[in-house]
Amino acid sequence: MSGPGGHADPAYRLDTSGPAAPPRDNGELVFSAPWESKAFGLALALTDAGLIDWEDFRQALIGQISGWEAAHPSGEGWSYYDCWLRSLERVVSAKGLVGAGAVADRAAQLAALPPGHDHIDDGHDHPGHHPHAGHDHPAAGHVHD
Amino acid sequence: MTTAADDIDPVLRAEALASLLIERGLVDEAVMNNFIKTYEQSVGPMNGAKVVARAWTDPDYRERLLADGTGAIAELGFKGPQGEHIVVLENTPGVHNVVVCTLCSCYPWPVLGLPPSWYKDPSYRSRIVREPRAVLAEFGLELGEDVTIRVFDSSSEVRYMVLPLRPAGTEGLSEEELAALVTRDAMVGVAQVAAP
Repeated sequence: MSGPGGHADPAYRLDTSGPAAPPRDNGELVFSAPWESKAFGLALALTDAGLIDWEDFRQALIGQISGWEAAHPSGEGWSYYDCWLRSLERVVSAKGLVGAGAVADRAAQLAALPPGHDHIDDGHDHPGHHPHAGHDHPAAGHVHD
Repeated sequence: MTTAADDIDPVLRAEALASLLIERGLVDEAVMNNFIKTYEQSVGPMNGAKVVARAWTDPDYRERLLADGTGAIAELGFKGPQGEHIVVLENTPGVHNVVVCTLCSCYPWPVLGLPPSWYKDPSYRSRIVREPRAVLAEFGLELGEDVTIRVFDSSSEVRYMVLPLRPAGTEGLSEEELAALVTRDAMVGVAQVAAP
């Protein structure tokens, strides 16, 4: 897989005005929350690095989606990226990169952080997000311990 | 497989997985963020719109596009993940094509970007196959009974893109002006391109 970041062709640049601007009828946010973009970016980065195989991931996703659909005939509570993330967790675990237990442990650690802790540092703008400049975060319990 | 992480909020699971992969040197955060930014900002239906406008104005290009979608699309600089085998389906006055991925969300990223939420929805994925005419009508596309509807399932190595009909009355428009008319929905096949 060749990464899209490598395209130098000027046709790849976003033209935000003029006749070649993105068609207006297509307006929709690609990701509805930062965690969705993170799940997406992780899958592409791991594939790009050759650590997972895209087809393995796609098959896991197909299985995850069909399993969800079988368990939820009404379709209520559907989250595509939740299926995506669970599939990625399975493939990453099967490859021995990060086990499910480690993810659960780390998630529990993150959940225990004080509210407003600036732990989600994904380089994206968070609307309404105000870094607590000057606040002293104790190192204990931080994700990098 | 059931994991201990099953009941945890996806926000926390995504953050946990990301932090572990980054710490272990398996994911480069800059690479990850670049992929996100690329698909949020740079790759989208405006790419496919340029392909369509070129096909409408250059008969030789149109022929190449229908014979070898991936190759002709790459001529305009569009390539990358999920674009390895793109087949372009030509609409005609008597045949309308529409695309779905019944099993997951396969989609021609280089020309259309990431799929909209309705494309991934269980309802669209199952219903467009069973009752395409009714689903298209819900999108606002009423096709005459004399128009054959063909549904293409992208659930294989192939990613489909629709070449919509060029609307009447656009003979005097430039390629760029034509591209501005082409919508994502028309290239998936749930809409037609309207004249300006």
